[in-house]
Amino acid sequence: MTTRTAVNRSKIAAGIACLGMALAGCAQGTDDEAADSSFDPNARLDGQLTVTGFGATDEIGRVRVEEAKKALGNVSVQLVEGELDIQQFLSSIAAGDPPEIVYADRNQIGTFASRGAILPLSDCIEGEEIDTGLFRESALDQVTFDEEIYGIPEFNVVQITQANANLLEEAGLSVEDVNGSDWQAVAAANQELARTEGGDLTVIGYDSKLPEFLPLWAKANGADMLSADGRTAQLDDPALIEALEFAVGIYDDQGGFSKVKAFRDSTDFFGEGNQFATGTLGAMPMEQWYVNVLNDVSPDAPMAFDTFRTPEGEPLAFASGSAWAIPKGSKNPEAACRFAKTMTMTESWVKAAEARVRDRGNDGGLFTGVLTGNTEADEQIRGMIDPTTEEKWNAGIEATYEANDHTFSFPANPAGEEFEAAWQDGVNRVLNGQQDPEEAMQQAQQEAQEALDQAWAEWDK
Amino acid sequence: MAVAADTSVTDSPPGRPPRRSSARSRETRAALLFISPWLIGFAVFTAYPVIYTGYLSLTDYDVINDPSFVGMENFRALLEDPKVALALQNTFIFAVLSVPTQLIVSFFLAVLLNRAGRASGFFRTAFFLPKMTPPVAIGILLLLLFNGQNGLINEALGWFGIDGPDWTTDPVWVKPGLVMMSLWTIGASVVILLAALRNVPQELYDAARVDGAGWWRQTTHVTIPMISGALFFILIVDTIAAFQSFTEAYTAFFGSGNTTYSNDAALFYAIYLFQQAFEFLHMGYASAMAWILFAIVLVVTLIQVRVTKRFVYYEGEQR
Repeated sequence: MTTRTAVNRSKIAAGIACLGMALAGCAQGTDDEAADSSFDPNARLDGQLTVTGFGATDEIGRVRVEEAKKALGNVSVQLVEGELDIQQFLSSIAAGDPPEIVYADRNQIGTFASRGAILPLSDCIEGEEIDTGLFRESALDQVTFDEEIYGIPEFNVVQITQANANLLEEAGLSVEDVNGSDWQAVAAANQELARTEGGDLTVIGYDSKLPEFLPLWAKANGADMLSADGRTAQLDDPALIEALEFAVGIYDDQGGFSKVKAFRDSTDFFGEGNQFATGTLGAMPMEQWYVNVLNDVSPDAPMAFDTFRTPEGEPLAFASGSAWAIPKGSKNPEAACRFAKTMTMTESWVKAAEARVRDRGNDGGLFTGVLTGNTEADEQIRGMIDPTTEEKWNAGIEATYEANDHTFSFPANPAGEEFEAAWQDGVNRVLNGQQDPEEAMQQAQQEAQEALDQAWAEWDK
Repeated sequence: MAVAADTSVTDSPPGRPPRRSSARSRETRAALLFISPWLIGFAVFTAYPVIYTGYLSLTDYDVINDPSFVGMENFRALLEDPKVALALQNTFIFAVLSVPTQLIVSFFLAVLLNRAGRASGFFRTAFFLPKMTPPVAIGILLLLLFNGQNGLINEALGWFGIDGPDWTTDPVWVKPGLVMMSLWTIGASVVILLAALRNVPQELYDAARVDGAGWWRQTTHVTIPMISGALFFILIVDTIAAFQSFTEAYTAFFGSGNTTYSNDAALFYAIYLFQQAFEFLHMGYASAMAWILFAIVLVVTLIQVRVTKRFVYYEGEQR
């Protein structure tokens, strides 16, 4: 640790020296390490910038890329669309020919950082004067590894409660009965709403969305699946096991997970025949982007929305999203840093949102806002939402923004994939009837901790 | 010079004039030249990576940083990894179920096709077409066909009053579902067996009929022995394919179709190897797994060769 601190100090010193040189008029950095680069918001940049993992496929992407190109001056920007291929990315680093900047899931940042695949961004942040105080804390936590920021976060995905208002009304229920604030009420509503015919499920009462939303249920019950320093798995926490038992019990009350999954898999999730439009699902926690899907494909669906809430009634959401990272060996880290800065700055987000408002207005669609990961941008964009929006959709938007203010996330760690696989496999063993929750989570705990110990040991060497 | 020429003539084997030897040498060089693109491709893209994985299996390697030598540590860890045992068990069960099923169904389809007369061409194409389906699509198709509530398979079972199982979630039924789905691609085996059936001399059937043999006796005493070479080839190829089974199961139970849902019952060895290599970046460990798989397939194939040797007949073979 002492050695690393010394290295960091030397990097900061080098960064300051370079900054001095930049101010003296030689801002164009040419070396491939951030520490040897000169980051300056006023420096003229040129060269090539290959951006991997990002496709400017909509107005939110296109407008921001245009803004970034303007900020980059003579830099030639090339977008390599499609999701980041980890194997290809790591191989390109090993071969010494990585892209200049990559767009990755935030949960990958810890793994990349621990293997030295991406550069710490202290110099970039300081030199380009990026205000990290604007980023949402949960987003920043996901890109901070061993007290160093390795990624510039953007976008935020959160969960809210989404329900069929007609089914609720017919059962004499309201969205408050299914928002998670009272688990007994959720279980009772599930039984009220579920319908079977000839042994087949015809209406799913409540879908607790396992395995993916276990972190949400666990946190609502007071359990953190991973310690704040990212070193200790806490998958055998009794509160987590209790949450898992409850969420699995929701399926058991409807004939078991197999029945629910089989019925869920046979529905048209993204089309007009979605579960809410066809009245075959009572309620579920779901990511906020699904509000847009529903509004697009079934604007008349009888929807009711609320945040997902803890038993204490507090809104809660598990945050995820993307981040910009500069690979080790990037040949133009200065341009990469400027690009990341411009893509995530408030002005760019606002211009992009204005374009979306215009586009939605032209095609008669609804503007539901954009969760940017930048608190200032979020606030300004929220102000652009039409206050006369139909009440049911407005409730969805309100719930989304409220959830956005109450997020948590897993801290960055060097064994993100293994940790995720361990707990998800554990939940799946319960869902498949192979183990009970306690046994499954004890095995998951052991697998996750072994992976974390091994990965941290490599880093601590 | 004359002496030298004489000597060369004298050294030539009797009955083989030097011109022919020289021509053969030229032919050999030409042949090597023509196959050199393949040889180079094989050396660079197959032989070298295979040998290199042998080295990587003795290292700790995460793709980015240099491999560090760990000796037999990866192999020792393999023995202690319960998921390796589970994956091997799943793979063996799948192979034991799928290979005979594919062989029997291919054989009977080929026999039927052989009797189809003028329509044979159409049916041959029809049976082969599914083989052209991308494996990822087959994985997705599995989820649709075997859906516990609305899948075609359970609908069909329902016509006979059978309440079909949960093929895609019940660990007991996951592998049988995958075995049934593997029949989707038996078109190639059918075509190979059909070609073999067409080569069985008609006189043998005529003679058998004269001796009073019915369809079953003709099949067991003429057809199967005469196409045993093709059957053996399919047995070997299908067994190796079963041990390497990956795409369909991965797509259906671990891939994008199920972002977070997975099922241990479908965790085949190749899937676990892939996870270790490309999701967890344990390249050294995955390389050790690959060599273990190679050793297992080699041993199983040698056993098959040994056991089936006395049952396989090659026309013109000297015994």
